[in-house]
Amino acid sequence: MTNQNESLLQVRDLTTTFHSKGRVLRAVDGISFDVRAGEVLGLVGESGSGKSITQRSIIGLARDYGTVEGSVYWKGEDLLARTDKQLQSVRGSQISMIFQEPMTSLNPLLTVGLQIEENLKAHTDLDRRARTARAIELLDMVGIPSAASRIKDFPHQFSGGMRQRVMIAIALASNPELLLADEPTTALDVTIQDQILQLLLSLAKNLNMAIVLVTHDLGVVAQTCDRVAVMYAGRLVETGSVRDVLKRPQHPYTLGLLKSVPENIPPRTPLYSVPGTPPALDALPKGCAFAPRCLKAENVCLGTKPPLAVLGDGISSACHFTADIREEVLA
Amino acid sequence: MSSLSYLVSRLLQIIPTFLLVMVVIFLLVRMLPGDPAIAMADAKATEAQLELIRQKLGLNEPLPMQFLYFVKNTLTGDMGTSILLKAPVLEVILERIPVTAFLTIYAVCLSILIAGPLAFVAALNKNGMLDIAIRSGFQVGLSTPVFYIGLLLLTFLAASLRLFPVGGYGTTFLQHLHHLMLPALTVALYTSAIIMRNLRSAVIEVLDAEYVQFARSKGLSRSVILGRHVLRNALISTVTLLGLSIGNLMSGTLVTETVFAVPGLGRLMLEAIFARDYPLIQGLTLTFAVMVSLVFLFTDMVQAWLDPRLRLS
Repeated sequence: MTNQNESLLQVRDLTTTFHSKGRVLRAVDGISFDVRAGEVLGLVGESGSGKSITQRSIIGLARDYGTVEGSVYWKGEDLLARTDKQLQSVRGSQISMIFQEPMTSLNPLLTVGLQIEENLKAHTDLDRRARTARAIELLDMVGIPSAASRIKDFPHQFSGGMRQRVMIAIALASNPELLLADEPTTALDVTIQDQILQLLLSLAKNLNMAIVLVTHDLGVVAQTCDRVAVMYAGRLVETGSVRDVLKRPQHPYTLGLLKSVPENIPPRTPLYSVPGTPPALDALPKGCAFAPRCLKAENVCLGTKPPLAVLGDGISSACHFTADIREEVLA
Repeated sequence: MSSLSYLVSRLLQIIPTFLLVMVVIFLLVRMLPGDPAIAMADAKATEAQLELIRQKLGLNEPLPMQFLYFVKNTLTGDMGTSILLKAPVLEVILERIPVTAFLTIYAVCLSILIAGPLAFVAALNKNGMLDIAIRSGFQVGLSTPVFYIGLLLLTFLAASLRLFPVGGYGTTFLQHLHHLMLPALTVALYTSAIIMRNLRSAVIEVLDAEYVQFARSKGLSRSVILGRHVLRNALISTVTLLGLSIGNLMSGTLVTETVFAVPGLGRLMLEAIFARDYPLIQGLTLTFAVMVSLVFLFTDMVQAWLDPRLRLS
């Protein structure tokens, strides 16, 4: 039995590399984190920081095109040691995933009913009639009006927001304990974004389901997550509770991200952005990957990678000058 | 309901196609060099006898009148009498249609059987040894003329090894299968090369699609993912191509049926052309046009069945 304090998912030294035309791209660079039962963990970072690849590495989708090393313990058992076939019983039943693009993530040729029912067929003993009943129940649960009549409809007959709801219904079909959500609201209108997030949160609460929410939107993190992990160039640079990290960031990159969120500023003020661009994944620097863009960087940053160090109040940060920043922020 | 209206609208589209084909056939045949009356009569015929034949065939009427007669007669099932075979064109054609239809369907089935599995194997081993081997093999098939492949098969499998007859059609279904194996295979080798290449790249593209990744994240078995999610989506573009290839394949029967002495429409067409048998050429061309139209119609139906976005939009 897993008790409340124990982690549902433990990711240890996860490294995912891609080999392309003789170059080695390091998309995920030795990251470790835990997900506890029922919690919502935000995985934040810019495009290309490795957030999505981290998720896809966890359930074994990334190894089709890359090499995945390290360990992913699910209830104590290493998923990376399993074969694709052995992973099938975990995927979609205990750990589900939803994708960013509701327009392209549903099969255009199959009815939404079938796409829900095939999950039930793979993971439950329900007969055909019970599967259909459950599919209607699920569509109803995610807020699709007149679910019973829409079960025979095809994805193109739904709007973007409704398709995202369908995807959630499919992912939740077999009551997973963990949902990996890959920017589930990025492709949607702002008003719909909020509805989908609220839906995810209430479902997570009712079903006691943990969520790893990948996003680049700190506003979304503040609104929905319990804890946050900030990624940069394939590494975690800061983790902690959302309240602490957003209020008292300890890493220069997190600070920069927070400064980029426009808040209480007069109109027509140029937006702040962190100077420079992330490093190429086939040429990660020897030291801290953020050093070239960091205002605080010194020689030590160029030579040595800072480890993710545990600080007080549950925050961990990977910066050589964390202590200084901490003083500044707290002052 | 909307599936039905799609079918009806698609059927109606055939009518203008059909009319256009009739105009083209009519004009083409009139543009052929040579005088059909001379071809019909024996060598010692006098000018008066030739004139009689021309009158009988309506060749002295103005072209628009000839065309109207042509349309009217065709619609009433009267396609004239073959000069070469001295029998009603419709009868001659109806007698031969099964042979060519059999050969075509046979060739299509063989193409699918050859191309389908190999395309999947190649796509799943993208850029691996198997993929390269399969693709190079088909490259040879694609760049060799159809009649040459036919002659090779004839020489080795029929003449030397005596596994198959060198020609003919047989009388029972199994005999048909046996007799038409080589001509069907000849055509299929070429067609399957086209299908294989297209299906392979379609499968590779679909394997990368988000909905396939999503299907995998649902924990579905590999066979369900490949069969239900990948194959169906990959088939959409391949079905169109297959339809077009069948059109090609029918005109290809002119060569294959001649090389393999198959008594079908293709060989008949060649004979009719050499004999300047106008009524027969017209009838055959029209028959081919109708058959190709039907194949395209069928292709569209299959596509609508595969893709609900076509059916329900």
